[in-house]
Amino acid sequence: MSDGIAQAPEVPARESHWGSDAAKRRVRRRYGADRRLQIYGIGAIGLAVALLGILFSSLLFSGYVAFFTTKVGLNIYLDPKIIDQADPGAANYRKMTRSAFFAYFPEVTSPKERRQLAKLLSPGAKYVVRDYVVAHPEEIGNLVEIKVPLSDPYDQLYKGVIPRDIDALSSDRIALFKVLQRRGVLHVENNKAYVKADVYVNPQDVPDGDIETADYQRMVNEAFRSFYMSARTPAYEEILSKEAAAAVKARVLADPGLVGKTIRISLPLSEHYDNLARTGEAKVLNPRFSSKKDLEWFDSLKKRGLVSTRFTWELFFNADSRFPEVAGLAGALTGSFLTLLVCFLLSFPIGIATALYMEEFAPKNRWTDLIEVNINNLAAVPSVVFGLLGLAVFLNAFGLPRSAPVVGGIVLSLMTLPTIIVATRAALMAVPPSIREGGYGVGASKHQVMMHHVLPLAMPGILTGTIIGLARALGETAPLLLIGMNAFIPSIENMGLMQPAMALPTQIFSWADSPERGFVSRTSAAILILLAFLIIMNAIAVFLRHRSERKW
Amino acid sequence: MLSYLSLVLLLLILAGFALGHRKALAIGATSDVRMHSLAGYHGWYVAALVGIPSFLLVLLWLLFQGPVIDWLLIGSLPKDRVDGLGQGQLDLLVSQIKSVAAGNIFSKPDSVVTAAAERYNRWNTIANWSMVAVAIAIALVGIAIAQQRISARFRARNTVELVMSGLMIACSLIAILTTFGIVASLLYESLRFFDKVPVTEFLTGLNWEPQIAIREDQVTGGGAFGAIPVFAGTLLIALIAMAVATPIGLFAAIYLTEYASSKFRAVIKPILEILAGIPTVVYGFFAVLTVAPAIRNFGQAVGFDVAPNSALVAGGVMGIMLIPFISSLSDDAIAAVPQAMRDGSYALGATKGETTTKVLLPAALPGIMGGILLAVSRAIGETMIVVMAAGIIASFTFNPFEPVTTVTVQIMTLLIGDTEFDNPKTLAAFALGLVLFLATLLVNVIALRIVQKYREQYE
Repeated sequence: MSDGIAQAPEVPARESHWGSDAAKRRVRRRYGADRRLQIYGIGAIGLAVALLGILFSSLLFSGYVAFFTTKVGLNIYLDPKIIDQADPGAANYRKMTRSAFFAYFPEVTSPKERRQLAKLLSPGAKYVVRDYVVAHPEEIGNLVEIKVPLSDPYDQLYKGVIPRDIDALSSDRIALFKVLQRRGVLHVENNKAYVKADVYVNPQDVPDGDIETADYQRMVNEAFRSFYMSARTPAYEEILSKEAAAAVKARVLADPGLVGKTIRISLPLSEHYDNLARTGEAKVLNPRFSSKKDLEWFDSLKKRGLVSTRFTWELFFNADSRFPEVAGLAGALTGSFLTLLVCFLLSFPIGIATALYMEEFAPKNRWTDLIEVNINNLAAVPSVVFGLLGLAVFLNAFGLPRSAPVVGGIVLSLMTLPTIIVATRAALMAVPPSIREGGYGVGASKHQVMMHHVLPLAMPGILTGTIIGLARALGETAPLLLIGMNAFIPSIENMGLMQPAMALPTQIFSWADSPERGFVSRTSAAILILLAFLIIMNAIAVFLRHRSERKW
Repeated sequence: MLSYLSLVLLLLILAGFALGHRKALAIGATSDVRMHSLAGYHGWYVAALVGIPSFLLVLLWLLFQGPVIDWLLIGSLPKDRVDGLGQGQLDLLVSQIKSVAAGNIFSKPDSVVTAAAERYNRWNTIANWSMVAVAIAIALVGIAIAQQRISARFRARNTVELVMSGLMIACSLIAILTTFGIVASLLYESLRFFDKVPVTEFLTGLNWEPQIAIREDQVTGGGAFGAIPVFAGTLLIALIAMAVATPIGLFAAIYLTEYASSKFRAVIKPILEILAGIPTVVYGFFAVLTVAPAIRNFGQAVGFDVAPNSALVAGGVMGIMLIPFISSLSDDAIAAVPQAMRDGSYALGATKGETTTKVLLPAALPGIMGGILLAVSRAIGETMIVVMAAGIIASFTFNPFEPVTTVTVQIMTLLIGDTEFDNPKTLAAFALGLVLFLATLLVNVIALRIVQKYREQYE
């Protein structure tokens, strides 16, 4: 070895002055790299936190309006001749609601117009009236004021979610039009906008000198093209009104000598561009509203102070509906509760029993190793595979009812088990051996030590794990969709463990899939409620963990 | 019916416990021999002997009642009606009888069917009531036998503990049963699928159009079940997700372990963990509501077209979800590098950054790789984000601005709604599920191997 060192070639000693400029640069570079790494780190964290913030704020921003409902107050005479005292739910509330609403518009009489007018009311309005009467049967025979929801577009309009008018022109078109403004060729006369153009009356476009049939449109187009040296699309042709060519034609007909000459002429703009030039914007009616008339009716209601928006709990207490303005989460919350109940009842005892056996009783052998590997694997299996299991085994082989909370609970409990088992084993391990030894010392059997001493001491940790597992199960969607827990449940009266149901996350999924605009905010609000539940559950878990943290 | 029966059985169990407890107390008071077990254990003994056999009976009864009655029903049908029917037609007839029995009559059923439906209802009622009777009888017999055995010398505690151990073992076996159930159901349905569509076509075909119905005589699906585009789409989205999550997660982990103060860590780590706790359906909606329009507008502003359900949106949002996975696993890996290695590096005059990039990261690389692989397995198994934000049509492309589809999306679209288990469309979902299960299992096993091997190095 020492030979090797002795024979090492002479390395010319590099001069290293710590104070030299090169050395200072090197140090600066090295510290710069260090700082850059720090900045990347802060940037990454900042980005992640910002994304979280964007997620929450976009949900809050779009979701909060769902807690408000736009309603119109109707004066309804609850005619005892129509409403049967014995069975108040059976009367024709549709007609009653509509006629009370039509009373605000005595001038609307034709059936066609009335049908259109009725579209301002939510199709769910009649149920609101019915439910009111069923809840207050003593009011039958009285004139009562009931606030019923307006239909989705007006609800959204009143809350300011959707505009009354939308832009008629895309931003590309407006940008093209701005070129004309910059060139200063636009002018407004008699409340109409024109573009001043030099049109060359090209003899080639005048076949056989016939000025009647000449192609004036082409001349206009050519003249117009000169404004756009590098126009990307020929869409600018639509900027001009069809009358532009007629204007040129009129000039040439008046003076045939103009053929072959260039004339300066004011060409009229087409409708939307005309509006844009005069007022700075071009709007058309939002296609969600069928006509201007509907909006006039709505405005008249508004002017009379009949429309109001206020905070309601309907989102929590209404069942699902196809109409967003009356759709609520009662069914989904009930379904989620039932599913989680089954999940808890199965996974909690089974998880504790498994963990207790594996941690305290099981001998170390191939079988227990196999169980161990299986538990760890189950934690990593994609949730959709559990859905396939539920579909093939519980629904197809065992014949359990489709969409039922009991099946959802079983499937979710299989997914929750690993979490509970791991948490329970950790909690059992944290109980110090002195407790066990004390138990054995006074003559308790192993079972007695476990049941009477170790398990109670481990319980806070087990509960923490269980709550976290249940919180995860509450947000699980895919397996529930596969076993059909996205049933449409318009009433919560018949919900049960074996009846079709839907859960909160599957409700979110089906609302997110619905085309009506109102479901966007309902979905966001449902998500906010789901997140609130998750936060509460996790907060309880954290609280329990803090309380159970004890020094032995 | 079932809930009432459960209630009755529960009451019987309680009664059994009370009877056993009381009898043991009475014996203990009068007998001159000291009781072997506490009175409570005698009570539990009776309760176990009442509850376990009767509940097991109800479970088995429920499992077998349906098939047995179906078998009887088919046997009772007139010979001329059953002869010459294939299995499918027979099933159809049985389900028709059942729907008539349940009161759903769509067309006028013939007399054979109505008679069979009446028989079916009658038998079901008989079976239900006899189940109740037998279960209660077994419970009562259990009470009687257990009561008989209570005596001062009877080792009730040992028996009860034995039963409890048995129950605990049974519970532990559920994990194995679940895995077995997953593998068996996926394999069974997949094999049925590969009966109809050759496995080579499934694994190598370039055309995925499962919604086209296949006639029974048409054995090969005409290239409609080639899953390569689906696999490619899954990989593309997972790749995009990892491209988002890996740098962010890794840099965050480096900063948190090496630079951040403990106060900053205590605040930021839980915030990052929130990202992992948000349900995926929320991410899916976020992708549709916010991310997709934002990326589309951005694309328009710089002058090219992005599909609203492009792979970029689904992958990007999935990447956000995976950030905490990568960051916490890398965090653990970097923190597990022995302090001596850091100290050695600092002693040579290295800056923190140099120590991190040249010493800590290479040392923690196996752990980080393991974390990344675990995140990959999450990404390919993730369902709701892609169901809501990615496409349904399988197109074989690696362009992130085009819509692609994934294995999980196909499983969901093939199975949502009514499913028939003899349709290749339905079975294809199980074949995809099998591939997904095996792929995630493989990735997980590799990841765990890497992580374990690395841990052994330093411990």
